Amino acid sequence: MSGHISPKTTYYTIFGALMACTALTVGAAFVNLGDLNFPVALTIAIFKATLVILFFMHVKYGSRMTKLIVGVAFFFLGIMLTLTLSDYLSRGWFTAPDGSTAAGAIISLSGPPQPIPPVEPVPPAEPGQNTSPK
Amino acid sequence: MPNGAVAAHGEHQNHHPALQHHFEDLEQQHEASTLGMWLFLVTEVMFFGGLILAYTLYRIWYPAAWALGSEELNIYLGGFNTVVLIGSSLTMALAVRSAQTGARRATVGWLLFTMSLGLTFLVVKFFEYKEKFELNHVPGPNFRFEGAESPHVQIFFSLYFALTGVHALHMVIGFVLLSVIATMAYRKRFSPEWYTPVELAGLYWHFVDIVWIFLFPLLYLVDRSHRIV
Repeated sequence: MSGHISPKTTYYTIFGALMACTALTVGAAFVNLGDLNFPVALTIAIFKATLVILFFMHVKYGSRMTKLIVGVAFFFLGIMLTLTLSDYLSRGWFTAPDGSTAAGAIISLSGPPQPIPPVEPVPPAEPGQNTSPK
Repeated sequence: MPNGAVAAHGEHQNHHPALQHHFEDLEQQHEASTLGMWLFLVTEVMFFGGLILAYTLYRIWYPAAWALGSEELNIYLGGFNTVVLIGSSLTMALAVRSAQTGARRATVGWLLFTMSLGLTFLVVKFFEYKEKFELNHVPGPNFRFEGAESPHVQIFFSLYFALTGVHALHMVIGFVLLSVIATMAYRKRFSPEWYTPVELAGLYWHFVDIVWIFLFPLLYLVDRSHRIV
């Protein structure tokens, strides 16, 4: 069987890189980058995971079929994260004047969607009053 | 296929004992096994991905509670465990390499080293959990947390225990798996021609390491700095 045998130095180098990235992500956690803390931490984690997958898990030397399957994993993960977040994050964007959305829920930025409270009966309009929609 | 000699049934002496008859040769068999393991890991990616998605949504909804909860976690123990687990990935990779080169004693040695690092991780995790129980930070009727964010911090700790608990379960399974592989290696079951189980156990172990690479910053680190100012 002709599996690729990496030299030991490759493994030690990757380990060193992973340790350096760990130190970097811990250091970055103590610096207030505002909204950037989350993407920075995630970018470092994705970079570390890529190193592990390519070198420790031998995908760099794997067949194209293996690479395809690995790609499929992250493709489907991307679909799940993107579609779900695009739903939840956009729910406040198109809000009707009464606070309801097309999804039939009241938007609250500080918590999950709340059910719509019972509708108050609307008093009959006075004659002559402007009854055009708000 | 190269060397197209296909072994007929009953002619076991003509091929490697590990070769199953529905494969052309060991290389094809190894390729199929690796592919199957990766397909399993795809389902694992989706499994942990779903949990991390739940974490992300609640984090968007309750950022203040996430900062409070994250601060309760011990960054030194978490960081120590990260180093231990990445170190165990290195020893696992060296175990696979030893199996590839036919170094039996080194294979067993690196596997035992990997298992001891995995055990270290679990022991540290045990003391982290123990502290959470003593502080009543475990979600449920006895959950206690000062302040108005308490119910939302409870959601943080629910996800903390779900994510780290399922990860720790994977570590326990990996530990048992490696003990089987180490026994097989000790009994001279592997050779440079056939070491597939070592390779596949390595894939599993590295995957569990990758999960922690994401859990450590998400749970311990990412909301920390926003509390300092």
